[in-house]
Amino acid sequence: MTSAIVVSGLHKSYGATHALDGLDLEVTTGEVHGFLGPNGAGKSTTIRVLLGLLRGDEGDVSLLGGDPWRDAAQLHRRLAYVPGDVNLWPNLTGGEVIDLLGRLRGGLDPKKRDDLLRRFDLDPTKKGRTYSKGNRQKVALVAALASDVELLILDEPTSGLDPLMEEVFRQCIEEERQRDRTVLLSSHILSEVEALCDRISIIRRGKVVETGTMSDLRHLTRTSIQAELSAAPNGLASLPGVHSLDVEGNRVHCEVDTAQLDAVMRELAASGIKSLVAQPPTLEELFLRHYEDDSVAAS
Amino acid sequence: MSDFVGTGTLVRLALRRDRVLIPTWIAVFVVMAAGSAQATMDLYTDVASRVEAARTTNASPALVSLYGRIFDETSLGELSLFKLTAFGAALVGLLASILVVRHTRAEEESGRLELLSAGVLGRYAALTAALLVSTGTVVVLGLLTALALIGLGLPAAGSFAFGLIWITAGLSFAGVGALVAQLTEGARTANGFTAIVLGVSYVLRAIGDSSSDGKSEWVSWLSPIGWSQQIRAFAGDRYVVVLLPLAFLALLVTGALALIRRRDVGAGLVRPRPGPAVGAPSLRSPLALAWRLHRGSLYGWGFAFLLLGLLVGNIASNVDGFVTSDSAREMVQKLGGVQAITDAFLSTEMGMVGLLASAYGIQAALRLRSEETALRAEPLLATGVTRTRWLASHVLMALLGTGALIMIAGLGSGLSSGASLGNVGHQVPRMLAAAAVQLPAIWLVTALVVALFGLAPKLVTASWALYGLFLLIGQFGALFNLPQAVINLSPYGHTPRLPGGTFTLTPVLALTAIAAALLAAGLTTFRRRDIG
Repeated sequence: MTSAIVVSGLHKSYGATHALDGLDLEVTTGEVHGFLGPNGAGKSTTIRVLLGLLRGDEGDVSLLGGDPWRDAAQLHRRLAYVPGDVNLWPNLTGGEVIDLLGRLRGGLDPKKRDDLLRRFDLDPTKKGRTYSKGNRQKVALVAALASDVELLILDEPTSGLDPLMEEVFRQCIEEERQRDRTVLLSSHILSEVEALCDRISIIRRGKVVETGTMSDLRHLTRTSIQAELSAAPNGLASLPGVHSLDVEGNRVHCEVDTAQLDAVMRELAASGIKSLVAQPPTLEELFLRHYEDDSVAAS
Repeated sequence: MSDFVGTGTLVRLALRRDRVLIPTWIAVFVVMAAGSAQATMDLYTDVASRVEAARTTNASPALVSLYGRIFDETSLGELSLFKLTAFGAALVGLLASILVVRHTRAEEESGRLELLSAGVLGRYAALTAALLVSTGTVVVLGLLTALALIGLGLPAAGSFAFGLIWITAGLSFAGVGALVAQLTEGARTANGFTAIVLGVSYVLRAIGDSSSDGKSEWVSWLSPIGWSQQIRAFAGDRYVVVLLPLAFLALLVTGALALIRRRDVGAGLVRPRPGPAVGAPSLRSPLALAWRLHRGSLYGWGFAFLLLGLLVGNIASNVDGFVTSDSAREMVQKLGGVQAITDAFLSTEMGMVGLLASAYGIQAALRLRSEETALRAEPLLATGVTRTRWLASHVLMALLGTGALIMIAGLGSGLSSGASLGNVGHQVPRMLAAAAVQLPAIWLVTALVVALFGLAPKLVTASWALYGLFLLIGQFGALFNLPQAVINLSPYGHTPRLPGGTFTLTPVLALTAIAAALLAAGLTTFRRRDIG
């Protein structure tokens, strides 16, 4: 398996602000990679370095096998980018912008363009200054998705889209995955990343703090269990990996380290299970855990 | 009254935003007026020398059309400030109008006014606040100027009248700003409209002032700048003329308020029409995009330059009409005859046209920075477009645009002066050459913007300050007895004076080489720096 993006030990400062502090990131060819982090964590800075718009202070960056600073223009023909803040030229129509950007990347598929315009319900005859934020976002998305490229770099692409359009966007990314295109999707919307991404990297304060598949990451988190038993459980409290245990007669509520699930289930079964609700860990919990660390560190 | 709620807050906001800009402008104007008066007083100590200087000025169509007539040839105050009367009034007018648009349409376009309008804010508050700030600025500017002139020993009544010349011009154009801000959705276009009104006003008064037989003097009264001049500071001090600009301001503000009542926040008078759903096949390069972005303003400037050229050529053909008295005739002979004076007039005017064309060049080159800060460069540079190609697309528009403009003005002046002198075949190539020699200096100033854009992008608007400095050196360098080394700093001073003068290749080549070096510096530094 080859890697579309490899970043190691990347540093970038703006004056006194250290935006990136030794960031490592690897995106495998053909995967949809979620790049998750709160506002100001360094997502957009990383993407701009990947596009050769900013020059990293330190560290190695490889994009599609090339150096994004030196070979910017050649590499850019093979990728499409949707910025987080889309600003259009006031006097150009959306359709003109889509065609211009597509042609500058080396062409776009007219059939796909029309199909995307229809699905995103976008009027291409309106002038740039009359589009709303969501519609400007759609212009950039259509231009990127209709281009015939290997890699899509999307910086919070759904900000400003309504829920219906978010759904259309998810379908589009799903189709891109089927076509084995590589996607780097930066977002702070957990459900979106959870639904779309093969692998995820969580960035916090200029560093990637977790990276892996959803199931990898789930291993790091706890499953929430609620059970009604035939008899009161006895050995549960002494099992490793059981947290926040709450026993009320025959009803049990606890959080279990995902790695210890097996032992806990045996113990519960021994007391006779009448009903069971087990909730898999959400990305949100994982995210919040790093957030909490942040606020602990801050206080 | 609820329509005006929040005006006070907005005034404070505007003053806070412009706390550097407004005082700087006021200081520049006061110092310019006081400096010019002081230098003239030192130069012309007796009445006889003043009268001679005033007569020479009035006999020169170049000076009269550019600056206006000196009404009282014995007046020290008028002689001191005649270069700043109409010219200064136009600059104050520009400042007043820009201030109004900056705090109304520009805020509306950016969406910031919408944020404020959702709070407790009356419908007219933004315009009223902008007008208060703008008119307040010009009133303070005018009064301080008057005080400075009185301090230098000029008559108090005349000094106040001079202050009023600038104030009234400011008031008239604050009104123009208020109206144009309602018409378009873009602040840039609104400022463009102001520039057109300002240009037409200046030209109308030039036509009226330079009417040699007095038959078309009334044309000056069609121009807001003309009204301000007609206050005639130090030459009658006709305060009553002030009523005219005041009425004009009231009329325009009433119109603007009526338009506000009828339109939506963010909308202009003209609804944007839908455009093509697909890009034209030619829209496939940064250069094609740059052409789309620049062409509208280039067409407007081109039309203005054509009119300007035709007008300049037409005035030039009337030069002998200025020679009405024996003393003037003698002076003309001393200066080399009618032909020499006509050529001197044309070369001075071509120099002015060159200055104006540079303003286009600076504005076009500054697009680089506005595209970058508006995040519109980023998506382009994330495609197959190299930084060099992107930069070159806008630089080319600036360089070719200024070239086209100056040649259009040259052609216009050649045609109209040639037509009335009966030698089109001779005059057109001469004027085209006179236009072409302006280009190296224009390109140098444009290239300065590009160099700053690469080296110090945050300071790129300082190009306007450098341009203003070159302009002041050119206008006042000799009067202030500046050292030659300082005067030499202005690229415009090195341009060969055509037609009539001798053409030397060295300065032209030197200016072009410096321009090329600046462009190269801008490109290399831009390729190495961060975007954004």
